[in-house]
Amino acid sequence: MTDRQIMTGDEIRRAIVRISHEIVEKQAGTQGLVLIGIQRRGVPLARRIADAIEEHEGVRLPVGALDITFYRDDLSLVAQQPIVKGTDLPFDLNDATVLLVDDVLFTGRTIRCAMDALIDFGRPRAIRLAVLIDRGHRELPIRADHVGKNVPTSREEIVRVHVAEIDGSDEVSIGRGLTAPETGRAAG
Amino acid sequence: METAATPAPSTPAGTAAVAWRHRHLLDVDVVTWPEIELIMRTTDEMKGILARPIRKVPALNGRRVTTLFYEASTRTRVSFETAARNLSADVVSIATGTSSVTKGESLVDTVRTLEALGAEILVMRHGVSGAPYLAAEVFGGHVLNGGDGWHAHPTQALLDLYTMRERLPGASLPGGSLRGRKVAIVGDILHSRVARSNIWTLTAAGADLWLCGPATLLRGMDRWATAWDGGAIPGHGRFNVTSDIEAALRDADVVMGLRIQRERMQGGLLPSLREYAARFQLNAERVSLARPEAIVMHPGPMNEGVEIAPDVAVSGRSVITDQVANGVAVRMALLYLLAGAREAAPGEVAR
Repeated sequence: MTDRQIMTGDEIRRAIVRISHEIVEKQAGTQGLVLIGIQRRGVPLARRIADAIEEHEGVRLPVGALDITFYRDDLSLVAQQPIVKGTDLPFDLNDATVLLVDDVLFTGRTIRCAMDALIDFGRPRAIRLAVLIDRGHRELPIRADHVGKNVPTSREEIVRVHVAEIDGSDEVSIGRGLTAPETGRAAG
Repeated sequence: METAATPAPSTPAGTAAVAWRHRHLLDVDVVTWPEIELIMRTTDEMKGILARPIRKVPALNGRRVTTLFYEASTRTRVSFETAARNLSADVVSIATGTSSVTKGESLVDTVRTLEALGAEILVMRHGVSGAPYLAAEVFGGHVLNGGDGWHAHPTQALLDLYTMRERLPGASLPGGSLRGRKVAIVGDILHSRVARSNIWTLTAAGADLWLCGPATLLRGMDRWATAWDGGAIPGHGRFNVTSDIEAALRDADVVMGLRIQRERMQGGLLPSLREYAARFQLNAERVSLARPEAIVMHPGPMNEGVEIAPDVAVSGRSVITDQVANGVAVRMALLYLLAGAREAAPGEVAR
């Protein structure tokens, strides 16, 4: 079954630059701001947003990685044991404004897990959310503050985000594949 | 994602994506090297959780873990229960001295009763070798062996391996990093389930393993070592068996003392504890035969002044408290992996 491309590498790059401007505008600066990517593809996306902000603001924001494996509520449903990828938050979360970054926003369950996990590390002043793709079908009252592209989908479709750091190239595609994307978790 | 699972430690397997397929953990003899690597990596993550301000994640939220201990234990039982609570499991703790076992209830009946009461993961210690295997035959959930008789203590062997990799310089790299490192286990080998499980993991890791003690407490071990030298189990190298304490300790990277199990000593195995201490105690002079950066281990509980001198137990080389701390992380990893094991599916093995 062939996938349909919905974002090219250039479009991904422009979306990231726009999101980086939106973040700085909305926060009125970069004071107290930290970026945290959700493993796996949220992590390179968070780094790219930090790169873009550094380019136009001259400030390097701290970037962390969050693994939500232990916070999922579907341990027995995961067909293959999730390979744990590691949490690395080399900064204090207390009173920080956290910008969570993920590739795809779907049911919202991943983001709920991520917020549970974050709060175990400290008490952020605020948690915001940036995603490259919002594909709808929320099961929880969660919405993103910054969205690269809104993509109407059916539930059965699968959105695949490829980033050069992990997959060798930048691309977003949509397909009706029968196999789950190899993100190690259901896109949520 | 990498999928190649390599069978032997000769090939680094640290990045292989291995699925956990064991419903029970009764001993380490059926655990492959890539699976051991998976346990070690999962333990790394659990250590990360233990370093957080809130040492608790919801991974096993609502899962019911029961500890059933027919033998005295403090550290192992508390370690398992702490591990289960850190994963948000509900823990029921049964000490058989105050249970219906004293009224003559059989092991099988007890296990069936616990299952009917909702136990999903059963952590069990028993004085009879093989008892957890019997429990696993009748229990519908997962059985984790917390030590059976002289036979096996898989979580101890795994926490020992983890501690060695963590504390020996350069050993935490993926894939057979204990290869060629000399590990001397000294003491009551005969009665030791710790030694037996360690033989499996350490020979799988490629360590140069030495077992040392009085001849009466090494019975049967030389035959085991010879069988493996003949290639009986692929991937497991030979190990050395000796009563020469100096040969065992010379240039060792790891010196592990084992408890003299007074409650299991029948007449004639040891002339006296004093004589044992005089010939085999890990004291400062003997330990100085090991390499300067060598670590000293002991699974506890210690008979200080018998198998280990008090000053050695608390010296800068001692990693005994690391073993205890790592025990919680290793047991968290195993509870997590067992709970996530798929329901009976093709390719899954029963134990």
